[in-house]
Amino acid sequence: MRESVVAARPGVFEDELAFTREVPDLDVPWSRRIALFVRNQPLGTIGLAIVLLLLFTAAFAPLLAPYSFEYGVADERLLPPSWAHPFGTDASGRDMLSRIIYGARISVTVGFGAVAIATGLATIVGMASGYFGGFFDLVVQRVVDTWISFPALVLLISFVSVFGPGLWNVTFILGVLLAPGASRVIRGATIAMRHQPYVEAARCLGAGHGRVLVRHVLPNVFTTVIVLATVQLGAAILAESTLSFLGYGVPPPYPAWGSMLSGTGRAFMLQSPWLSIWPGLAISLAVFGFNVLGDALRDELDPRLRGGRRGS
Amino acid sequence: MSPSYAARRVLLALLTLWGVTFVVFALVRLMPGDAVTALLQDYAYAKDVEEMRHTLGLDRPIPVQYAEWLGNVLRGNLGESLRSKTPIASELTNRIPVTVELGLLGMAIGLLIALPIGVLSAVRQHHWSDYAARALAIGMLAIPAFWLGTLAVTLPSVWFKWTPPLFYTRFTTDPLRNLGIVIIPAAILGLGLSGTLLRLTRAQMLDVLRQDYVRTARAKGLRAGAVVVRHALRNALIPIVTLIGLQVSILIGGSVVLEQIFVLPGMGRYLLEAIQYRDYPVIQALNLLFAAAIILSNLVVDLAYGWLDPRVRHA
Repeated sequence: MRESVVAARPGVFEDELAFTREVPDLDVPWSRRIALFVRNQPLGTIGLAIVLLLLFTAAFAPLLAPYSFEYGVADERLLPPSWAHPFGTDASGRDMLSRIIYGARISVTVGFGAVAIATGLATIVGMASGYFGGFFDLVVQRVVDTWISFPALVLLISFVSVFGPGLWNVTFILGVLLAPGASRVIRGATIAMRHQPYVEAARCLGAGHGRVLVRHVLPNVFTTVIVLATVQLGAAILAESTLSFLGYGVPPPYPAWGSMLSGTGRAFMLQSPWLSIWPGLAISLAVFGFNVLGDALRDELDPRLRGGRRGS
Repeated sequence: MSPSYAARRVLLALLTLWGVTFVVFALVRLMPGDAVTALLQDYAYAKDVEEMRHTLGLDRPIPVQYAEWLGNVLRGNLGESLRSKTPIASELTNRIPVTVELGLLGMAIGLLIALPIGVLSAVRQHHWSDYAARALAIGMLAIPAFWLGTLAVTLPSVWFKWTPPLFYTRFTTDPLRNLGIVIIPAAILGLGLSGTLLRLTRAQMLDVLRQDYVRTARAKGLRAGAVVVRHALRNALIPIVTLIGLQVSILIGGSVVLEQIFVLPGMGRYLLEAIQYRDYPVIQALNLLFAAAIILSNLVVDLAYGWLDPRVRHA
């Protein structure tokens, strides 16, 4: 885009053109961008590696898991870690490694599902509220105020108790609950865009509100959306595991990481401490990965988000 | 602080609280089917169903139900538990102190960890201790409280044959025994909070340490410690106060989990018991109270912020 603007101007020298071509970041190839990211954000790169490992594990769980996650062997109950069972076995004789591997599927499904719903809702509501402003914004923001006044976990448990547990219910409810907070951030980014000259220019050229929002505002708040979604993935996985731990998440036999740590297994943890180690480690690692990646993406993509909320 | 700033904040808080009552009221009525059918399942005669519906007031028009419920709430009547048939308000008088103690202690421990480490991390930016502190903060954000709680209950008993005390004693009965019980869950709660607080403390200190007045303080020969504590930290604390208010939501979520693990008879455990038995009036009352606590703490933070930072109240 930058090139065409320069070229359209008459009387531009060849070398000036060459100079402008070196600077813009639009032409940097992906391989170079990734190399830059790895060099500038070592911790973020570790986060990216963890996230990729999590996705890989979830996608290929049936190929990676050495045993079934559902059926155990009666003779092999509560075995300590060994070559045959690197993470040991649980009270039903099931291989812990296989259960952790399959557990990644639940975390990834709920996490990405909920964040997709939350991000979609938040982008629509936040952009509309920030762009149109006025009375509409006032009303929408009071509704958002109301929603974010509830402690997320309490509302989550209450809603799951009303609608019933299960993979899709949890995903949907979590998605709806994460949306209001996210919409506020996207609203903020939209307000910063609203009076930019290019938005006003598009309006003057006769573009309708819908077109301005989709073609001009959305691309500019997109980095905010991506950074927000990454951080929320960590929060969603943590929320799902907490819910499963309390017994209101994804019901057995599905091996949700949180439920592996919950009440009934507690008695067995006393004689087999490894039962309490692996699920917690898996959750912490996944959340750590998303948080660190989110931090790094924010530093690289969206300097405006640095520093967090100040006043209100 | 100008009266109009304070009045606007109070009005906004009341408006939000009003919105909260709608959500809480709708919670029970959102159920697919009917709360009563879920409560009684298939084990009830038609007469019982009608009676239960009448007890819950579900046989009247929705606006009437709302008005009556709101009127009762405003008079301090939160209704009766379906399970124990006792007034919820009297049950809460026993449970609120437990949760408040856990929350305050957790917050204090969180600040005790976050403030010194955050300040040190900023003063020694790019030193290895700074990197260690930042890694610690990110780690604290990622480790789930329920895992730490589970480990705290199991590992000591495996290694040292020692279990944290699981029989609750009131503070008024035996303060030392009570503290011995609450300190471990409070420490876990505090560790969870310290991640966010530490990151903000460090960021604010870095910001403030670059200000001109800090350089002036150094130039006139003040000791480094005095500059950091008296000049820098005091100003860096302002946004941290805001964040403390925002942590109340996380504190409540954490106390639900930790009260469950450590068998503390607080509000969080009450919520889980109510959910287990589908005790809807209790679920309603607790959601309302938790939201009210958060709105109140946000209001206090907004007002304190206006008082601490003159720029805000004139903006």
